[in-house]
Amino acid sequence: MTSADTLKGFKRDGRIVVVGASLAGLRAAEALRDEGFTGSLTMIGDELGEPYDRPPLSKQVLTGWVPADGTKLPRRRDIDAEWLLGVPADGLDLATNHVHLADGREVPFDRVLIATGVRARPWFVESEAALDGVFVVRTREHAESLQRALAAGPSRVLVIGAGFTGSEIASICRERDIPVTVAELAPAPLVGALGAMIGEIAADMQRAHGVDLRCGVKVTRLEGDAQGRFRRAHFDDGTTIDADVAVVALGGIRNTDWLRDSGLAAGVWGIACDTGCRALDLNGLITDDVFVAGDVARCPNPIYEYRLISLEHWANAVEQAEIAAHNMVSGQADRWPHLSIPAFWSIQFGVNIKSVGVPTFADEVVVTQGSVADRRFVAAYGYRGRVTAAVSFNNAKWLDHYRQLIETAAPFPPPCPTPDQPADMKPVPVDFPGPTLLAQGATVVVTGHDPSERRVTAAWQHR
Amino acid sequence: MATTKTPDTLRRILDYSSRADPYPLYAELRETPVALQEDGSYVISTYRELTDILHNPHLSSDVRNLSHPVEAFERSGTPSFINLDPPEHDRLRRMAMRHFGPPHTPELVAGLEPDLTATVGSLIDGFAGKEQIDIVDDFAYPFPVTVICHLLGVPREDEPRFHLWVNAIIDSIDYNPKTDPKERLTNGRQATTDLREYLGGLVEQRHGRPGDDLLSRLANDDGPDGRMTDDEIVATANLLLIAGHETTVNLITNGMLTLLRHPQVLQRLGDEPGLVVPLVEELLRYEPPVHIIPWRASYSDITIADTVIPKGSRIMLMLASGSRDPNRFHDPDRFDPDRRDNQHLGFGSGIHLCFGGPLARRETQIALNELVRRLDRPRLVADPPPYRRSPVLRGPIHLHIEQGDG
Repeated sequence: MTSADTLKGFKRDGRIVVVGASLAGLRAAEALRDEGFTGSLTMIGDELGEPYDRPPLSKQVLTGWVPADGTKLPRRRDIDAEWLLGVPADGLDLATNHVHLADGREVPFDRVLIATGVRARPWFVESEAALDGVFVVRTREHAESLQRALAAGPSRVLVIGAGFTGSEIASICRERDIPVTVAELAPAPLVGALGAMIGEIAADMQRAHGVDLRCGVKVTRLEGDAQGRFRRAHFDDGTTIDADVAVVALGGIRNTDWLRDSGLAAGVWGIACDTGCRALDLNGLITDDVFVAGDVARCPNPIYEYRLISLEHWANAVEQAEIAAHNMVSGQADRWPHLSIPAFWSIQFGVNIKSVGVPTFADEVVVTQGSVADRRFVAAYGYRGRVTAAVSFNNAKWLDHYRQLIETAAPFPPPCPTPDQPADMKPVPVDFPGPTLLAQGATVVVTGHDPSERRVTAAWQHR
Repeated sequence: MATTKTPDTLRRILDYSSRADPYPLYAELRETPVALQEDGSYVISTYRELTDILHNPHLSSDVRNLSHPVEAFERSGTPSFINLDPPEHDRLRRMAMRHFGPPHTPELVAGLEPDLTATVGSLIDGFAGKEQIDIVDDFAYPFPVTVICHLLGVPREDEPRFHLWVNAIIDSIDYNPKTDPKERLTNGRQATTDLREYLGGLVEQRHGRPGDDLLSRLANDDGPDGRMTDDEIVATANLLLIAGHETTVNLITNGMLTLLRHPQVLQRLGDEPGLVVPLVEELLRYEPPVHIIPWRASYSDITIADTVIPKGSRIMLMLASGSRDPNRFHDPDRFDPDRRDNQHLGFGSGIHLCFGGPLARRETQIALNELVRRLDRPRLVADPPPYRRSPVLRGPIHLHIEQGDG
């Protein structure tokens, strides 16, 4: 689709299929219409019902303040699409340009956007995961059932995993005056995302709010009673805890399984794409008609040494959706790169936590403003002497400044002083528990000798 | 480069003769985004540099951080949060916001709507039989004053007293020792003392008598930050009273003036009242009520647009110029209520973002919708209208209009 005429024709009456009808899919569809795409638009989604917003599911929905069906995404415009909901896509044929659905239907396209997102990582023993009282939180239905379980007044809730979702759920439990135990394999909550220093602050916050926080432990078994109700959890240190509700908050699994035979560079980390959201094939070659956006996209970021980074952030999904949509209906010369600085937020234990940049891309961290003791501060992250990220606790209005420091590769640590000077301004090692950006096991093998024969084959692993 | 090519641009902007149309001079100023002035102060006039510095934690609002104190800015009594830095600023603003907006009082502005509509309605009723209407004296001034008095719990009948004080204070905000008589400053000082004494009396009455107004709530607060001292309550009330007086009046008046200069938009607003929401945002960009932040201080050296502003410097922020920066806004001198991505500087930005913004927005939306709905073929009597003295809080002093067949 290179000549201007072909592009014009495509914009007028081409066929676009969006696989994934959540935030990224919906915003992309709206942006496509905004861009003047008048052809046919098909939305494929495995969940029934209208697209909804997920951040409230671990927050306002669980307090009971907002009903689970009250989180529908606002529609910014009419998208005049055909909606194929309730059936997942289970294959992508790039030879004939069709999406296969699990019920056997085939949907043809000229261009496709993949926005299939992430699903909750389930508890690893299926029979234990099936116990009454064991929950994950990813969908509206999940949140609704957990909300009901919390409203019933459980004697104790066990949260497995102290990332953002787990910590938010623990916070809600305390807000509802429910006893809660949090089990985390790492030395502190949030440590995988924000490092050891912030992790310790998060741990203090949890304990100050009455959370029974147990770090460095692994839950080995969930035990049920004769009626199949969850009753007790066993830890690897030999201890146990009695609870009626267990929330498994062990992160997500990217929905790429359906692309296994597609020939795309899809795997456990997502689908690799360029900054224009065009998917790469297995060989690392760019494709023309396949685009990716949202949690499932794995996009190079020039600020971070062009590393491929996938982000489960609300704003990232929106921004990528708009870039992908624009590029789907634009010629090569008019394409936009997705270059925005990542940002996310959380609210827990009465504290608004917000971040810009990629905190895991850092070797040092320093508190630059405010007071850690008062739970209102900004900390900057640096990598080899430049600012790469920042996180704020109840101090989010300053983050635009740090975004600018990141964009301009400003020196780390940032210059002092400011009027709201922290007590201690010494950078400390960031101390992440593991290499989060580096490879953890191969996903492909390369075959062939002659340059015309060299090919990559996916090496699918069981996880 | 910091040195400006046209060293007297700022002087001409401040001069009253450019009040009706300072925008060409702003364009001239923007040729030097960060302009060093003869007196060692810096003037910032471009959008990107303005937002950068407003978000910069090295920028101070505390007058004590200026290395060359300016008499007009000196503290008289306990400062309000507008003139403080974190953490004091944050604490006081948070304590005031508890009673003014989300998360603790999310319904305040929406709850006021019936009152706002009624106040606007009765002011417009008062136009009946008038040959000429002064949008300022007959409408845009009394409306927000009534609202802020009601909110604070200041008796409306005392208005003539504090009107004079507020005027004298505003008159001294942009005091220039080189050109202005010392009397202006002295009058402003005295007015500040008088207004504070008056408000102090009201606060004293409120103790132990929790009512619904802001003064009572502040005087009887039991929030997590404790209670403000009486001096702090007076400083806060003083700020809100002045801001509630002197900004919304300009926004509403500038709005009506702009609509009368754009008859098609006025017509359209009559047909689609919902247009008022983006229209007021565009107004905040195109004809904002606050043009200039007269001073901030660099707490330590600040590098902006390759210029190092040394510690202790006075920095003047030309917000209205930033909102007309062609590098940020397409066709910036066009009034376009359909404009998208309209992140104007009408309410400032960063931690000092206008405290009363949500109220001012709603007041102006209701005011303009009702004026357009009820006025019959309104026409300007004079264009440009006469302006108030201040280049900082800029707006017409009168806006005479005629309507109907008159």
